Amino acid sequence: MRLALFGGILVACTCAIAGTFVVLRGLAFVGDALAHGVLPGIATAMLLGFSGILGAAIGAAVMMGGVSIVTRRFRLSGDTAIGLLFVGMLALGVVITSRSTSFVGDLARILFGELLGINTTDLAWQFSALLIVGAIAFVSRRPFLLLSVDDGLARTSGFSARMFHNVMLIMVAITVIASFQTVGTLLVLGMLIAPAATGSLFARRIESMMLIAALVGSLSTYIGLLISYHYDLAAGASIVLTAVVIFALSAIANEIRRSRSHDHHDHEHPHVHGEIHV
Amino acid sequence: MTSIHASSLAVGYGKRPVVDNISLDLKPGELLVLIGTNGSGKSTLLKTLAGLIDPMQGKVTLLGSAPGQLPTQVAYLPQHPVSSHTLPLCVQDVVAMGRFAHLGLFKRSTDTDRAIVLDSMKRTGIDSQANAPIRDLSGGQQQRTHLAQVLARRAEVLLLDEPTAGLDLNGRKAVAELIATERARGVTVVLATHELADAESANLVMLLAQRVVSLGAPAEALRDEYLRECFGFTQPH
Repeated sequence: MRLALFGGILVACTCAIAGTFVVLRGLAFVGDALAHGVLPGIATAMLLGFSGILGAAIGAAVMMGGVSIVTRRFRLSGDTAIGLLFVGMLALGVVITSRSTSFVGDLARILFGELLGINTTDLAWQFSALLIVGAIAFVSRRPFLLLSVDDGLARTSGFSARMFHNVMLIMVAITVIASFQTVGTLLVLGMLIAPAATGSLFARRIESMMLIAALVGSLSTYIGLLISYHYDLAAGASIVLTAVVIFALSAIANEIRRSRSHDHHDHEHPHVHGEIHV
Repeated sequence: MTSIHASSLAVGYGKRPVVDNISLDLKPGELLVLIGTNGSGKSTLLKTLAGLIDPMQGKVTLLGSAPGQLPTQVAYLPQHPVSSHTLPLCVQDVVAMGRFAHLGLFKRSTDTDRAIVLDSMKRTGIDSQANAPIRDLSGGQQQRTHLAQVLARRAEVLLLDEPTAGLDLNGRKAVAELIATERARGVTVVLATHELADAESANLVMLLAQRVVSLGAPAEALRDEYLRECFGFTQPH
């Protein structure tokens, strides 16, 4: 249980960093597609007996490469290309998994994870992913921020929009690949989006959005595990459901706060105070 | 020395030019005003100068380099800057993004950067909202914020696509004063607008209607026959 909690918190922190930019840049559909795109890779790895993480990485690479090729060569919009690859990869994953003798069990494990079954090696993978994702986000924070506003702003500021968009996708892919073991490919999207979306309701800076997302994700992990333990429910699903409920409650509380403070708006932030962050 | 040089330039999307045969030279401190109806090619020309669209034909240089090659010296304000309602940034952070071209990936910001950000906010009159979330601001306040971001670049060429859109009379006056101040320190400005009044202090005016209708000093470029051709009406005398 302690390992599960620690693993879940590591997932929450990794997803908080990547999820912040997923929410800001509007990449939720891409994140969803990536989360499902890894399915055939993991299924193949299970059938052939090699590392699931390696299989997931291959699946993610095929997904990203496929979206890029379909978008450019066939002049389709990004969401159409992503949708095509998304359902194609998902179907392929189910077809491959159906060859397995323990079809239902394997598919459920890939889709919903096995948080209570993780070991120290899984934790080491997850911790490495957190460090890598954190390093990518730190180094690329300026172009990522510009991309979150507008591609043109990034380009006229001297940053390659295409390159840093791809770097952002790689960061999301690493997060998905590392997190599927704990919360599963289906639910990792919930951990990417729900805590970051909660953070965006209250934060005024990217750093605080990430911090709130990490706290919400960690709290969801703790509450979700408790619920799962006491009521014998699926751990991964309980965690993600908790994160979504926290978002819903936060959104309602935020609306009430905004409506109450509306009349005092002009007095909230009248002058420059504190340090200017560049 | 020439800040912006274009010869036989054609701009557009895909294979069909929106405007062609553009030739001009602008010196430091000069103002070129682009006037035309929607779809006349103003924004397309500005995007080409900013390096966001490749020129279709001809030659164009800014400060001796191809468009998009000097991000620290050329700043661009798009027609409708994006202020995502999900963006959790306060005004000063959005303005500070104007310094990113100078800082790149790894440079740490200095006191000078912070002073420039503060000065840019003061000049556009948005400093009183420095800590306000940009998503809570009115359209006019957001426009001032984006204008401050462009000023924070401290560029030698400003490409402004309808910077007064959404601003009230005082805001428009403030933008006109800002442009005058920038020109006084040698900054070359290209301004796209619908307002004929914006052309009064220009060195060059270009009337566009998916082609160059006229190009010259305001008195010459805004002659009645050109305005009638461009807009279907003339200025009251």
